[in-house]
Amino acid sequence: MHLLILAILVPFLAAALIPFIHRRLGPVDIGWLVLVIPFVLFVIFAMQIPVISAGDTVTATLNWIPSLGINFTIYLDGLSLILALLITGMGTLVILYSIYYLSPADSLPHFYAYLLLFMGAMLGVVLSDNLLVLYVFWELTSISSFLLIAFWFHRKNSRYGAQKSLLITVFGGFGMLAGFLMLHTMTGTFSVREIVSTIGQYSDHALFYPAMFLVLLGAFTKSAQFPFHIWLPDAMEAPTPVSAYLHSATMVKAGIYLVARFTPIFGGTSAWFWTVTLVGLITLFWGSFCAVRQTDLKALLAYSTVSQLGLIMSLFGMGSAAIHFGDGNEGALYGLASFAALFHLVNHSTFKGALFMVVGIVDHQVGTRDIRRLGGLMAFLPITFTFAVIGSFSMAGLPLFNGFLSKEMFFTASLNAVSLPIFSADTWGWIIPVVAWTASALTFVYCMIIVFKTFFGKHKPEKLDKRPAEPSIGMLIPPAILSLLIVGLFFFPNLLGDHLLRPALNGVLPGITGAAPHITAWHGFNTELWMTIGIVVAGSLLFIFLRHWKKIYALLPEDWTFNVFYNKLLESVEDNSSLLTNRYMTGYLPHYFAYIFSFFILVAGGTLFLTGAFSFDFSTDAAIPSYELILTIVMAVAAVGILFAKSRLTSVLLNGVLGYSIAIFFVLFRAPDLALTQLVIETVTTALFLLCFYFLPEWKPENSPRNVKIRNAMIAVAGGATVTLIALSVRSGKLFESISGYYEDSYELAGGKNIVNAILGDFRGFDTMLESLVLFIAGLGVYTLIRIKGGKETRKNED
Amino acid sequence: MKINDVILKTVSQAGVLIILTFGVYLFLSGHNQPGGGFIGGLVLATAFVLMFLTFDSDTVNKAIPFDFKKISAIGVLLAFSSSTVPMFFGQPFMSQSFGYFNLPIFGKTELATVTIFETGVALTVIGVVVNIITSISEDE
Repeated sequence: MHLLILAILVPFLAAALIPFIHRRLGPVDIGWLVLVIPFVLFVIFAMQIPVISAGDTVTATLNWIPSLGINFTIYLDGLSLILALLITGMGTLVILYSIYYLSPADSLPHFYAYLLLFMGAMLGVVLSDNLLVLYVFWELTSISSFLLIAFWFHRKNSRYGAQKSLLITVFGGFGMLAGFLMLHTMTGTFSVREIVSTIGQYSDHALFYPAMFLVLLGAFTKSAQFPFHIWLPDAMEAPTPVSAYLHSATMVKAGIYLVARFTPIFGGTSAWFWTVTLVGLITLFWGSFCAVRQTDLKALLAYSTVSQLGLIMSLFGMGSAAIHFGDGNEGALYGLASFAALFHLVNHSTFKGALFMVVGIVDHQVGTRDIRRLGGLMAFLPITFTFAVIGSFSMAGLPLFNGFLSKEMFFTASLNAVSLPIFSADTWGWIIPVVAWTASALTFVYCMIIVFKTFFGKHKPEKLDKRPAEPSIGMLIPPAILSLLIVGLFFFPNLLGDHLLRPALNGVLPGITGAAPHITAWHGFNTELWMTIGIVVAGSLLFIFLRHWKKIYALLPEDWTFNVFYNKLLESVEDNSSLLTNRYMTGYLPHYFAYIFSFFILVAGGTLFLTGAFSFDFSTDAAIPSYELILTIVMAVAAVGILFAKSRLTSVLLNGVLGYSIAIFFVLFRAPDLALTQLVIETVTTALFLLCFYFLPEWKPENSPRNVKIRNAMIAVAGGATVTLIALSVRSGKLFESISGYYEDSYELAGGKNIVNAILGDFRGFDTMLESLVLFIAGLGVYTLIRIKGGKETRKNED
Repeated sequence: MKINDVILKTVSQAGVLIILTFGVYLFLSGHNQPGGGFIGGLVLATAFVLMFLTFDSDTVNKAIPFDFKKISAIGVLLAFSSSTVPMFFGQPFMSQSFGYFNLPIFGKTELATVTIFETGVALTVIGVVVNIITSISEDE
């Protein structure tokens, strides 16, 4: 098996093993063992850099369901490699950080198992070539993120945030799945590479635009784009290492990865260009605007992440125009935006990861993240302060830090977009640099808030829970490494640019050469530099007079936010569904049967009637032997007898008569397997009845009004008639060739003479496997419902 | 509730043995004759249920110290992992294979990987059935 396939599977295997290892480990923190996994994976991926930067790609396939074209195919190109390196590299740092961050009271095996699950899922997303496999991993990231956000599940806010992120991201994921299926309908393949190479002929297809918007829906919800951004701030209820990892560096980038990956498919159309660019720009502006008003440092970082994700998204939108122009000077000019997006993607992971870790340290060492209570921490946390300055100034786009370089390229790209002679950008394009500049000024403001409100000003010890001091060295190493990267990338950006970004750009914009520039820190006194200087001046003024203009936030209508909309929607869905459910869930079994059978009669009988499938044909029937006739009469008598039984025991026995008669029928029709199963099931059921007998309530004869009885009788007769009609029609109306001939070869194909078992274990083994899973879950459900009737919870949950 | 159940106890001691043997036979014969994982598991489960019915659960738990929840979990895991293993040998998911081997005592014998899968199914069935019945019966 290929090394890279193993790389995806290893985190999953490790996650499954953690509970067993943890118990044997004793006092040793399991985090140290877990740390090895992302580190080794990082080294493995790093070893692929020479291959990828030489322009090659790596593919490997593991058969999954080859008959449906669904295979576990991985495809490593520059784009996947960058994200894989981020996932494993950040993963290493975050795990090192969490070893010191988490307290022993937290359930460490759960934490690391979820984290590894997430890491494997994320690697699967960025490496899968097959759309459906990608989708499976995509939803796995949603689920593992749900588990991580709800890690402190005894807190009400954690549960709320986890539910919100799951609802929104899975909603988008379903849309994306529909888009994938449309792509498959169009192109007949699930392979991204094959779709890229053939999509040109399908741009007029009716499904082209629906597929595009559905895929974008998935990307936007995952990457917290406006208006789906509302889940990200609530996801901050997760432990800080999780926030640093999932909600800034990796998972939220899955949507951006998707947009980048699908740019060769949908890019070059004006719908893609404007949707991605505008949604990105709105998110950029709205995120930075909301970030300024936050008083919780983590919430501020959450909104800043939203805003930065919007920035990257809008850059990919602008860059997609290059596909329209094709290879050449103009294509290269617009392709620069995509290069800037990739560059900023990396930079954002470094500085936002560092900042989250800084905030985690402050929270850990001081006991609060509330800006109103913080201040003057520089004297107590000088090292942390340094990291905070490096991270914030990089995010603000100041020189000496890598954020400056990508920010300048962002301005260049937005100025280029204005001169765009396509997609009517020459009339509306001025929006792009204006929004870019405004949002960057706001970004500057909140970056300054992080640094100055936390570390400067007056120290207020009376408002803090603890006496601040530097944390242990282990918590400082990860942000230190990231800070070094931030500075290092400023001085040697082309190391990254030539070896990683250039091949990655080739994955986003295949065939566009010359779009990857030589990155230089000094580019003369051009518009971009003046824009930056303007940001510093305006941003400083805004920061100084923050108290005066912050009042405008109060002007925003409180009940018109998307959060309120989300809550209202959820509430009304809950209310209405419980209203509806209470109407028909009466807790009265006869009602349920009436619904089920009426529905059945309507659907099955109606279909039979409408399609005219009903037909009688007795000509080929075999004669009915007398013993079969007797058996049938016995069954009919038993069935009718149940209705008039005067005691429960009689009805149980009559029920048994029915069951055993069916078993005899199976014997007569030479189906020993079914007969055996039926007999054993009948026996077990009778045993269950015996067990429950004493606990059942008093037997009461049914005393329903006459009209109810008549209604029930009608439903019963109609139900029986429908089944009979279907049974009679089935044998005369044959639409397809019978499949049973295939199974006759069971001895050749599966080595078993027993066809029933060959079907169960070989031909349709997937059903059997899932059935046993269902059985298992049902068993667990019964066990928990009966054994643990609440009250035994070890941790008190907030309501 | 005390009832005189000497006959029941004596008969079921013999009965359990017969049922267990029959269950194992059914399980093994499944490939070529009636039987198989599901039905074999069900029959084995009835043997355990019979024991729980005639003796009190403490005695049975002492005699067969298994956690039936874990048994069903192991069963599901076995069924699932035996389906994934073929993928590591370049075969599609869930492929099964079989072959004929010359074993010392049995002579020429057919061995099929589907048996592992069936074992998983059987264990799941046993675990779930016994688990459900004991949880219901122990409820106050």
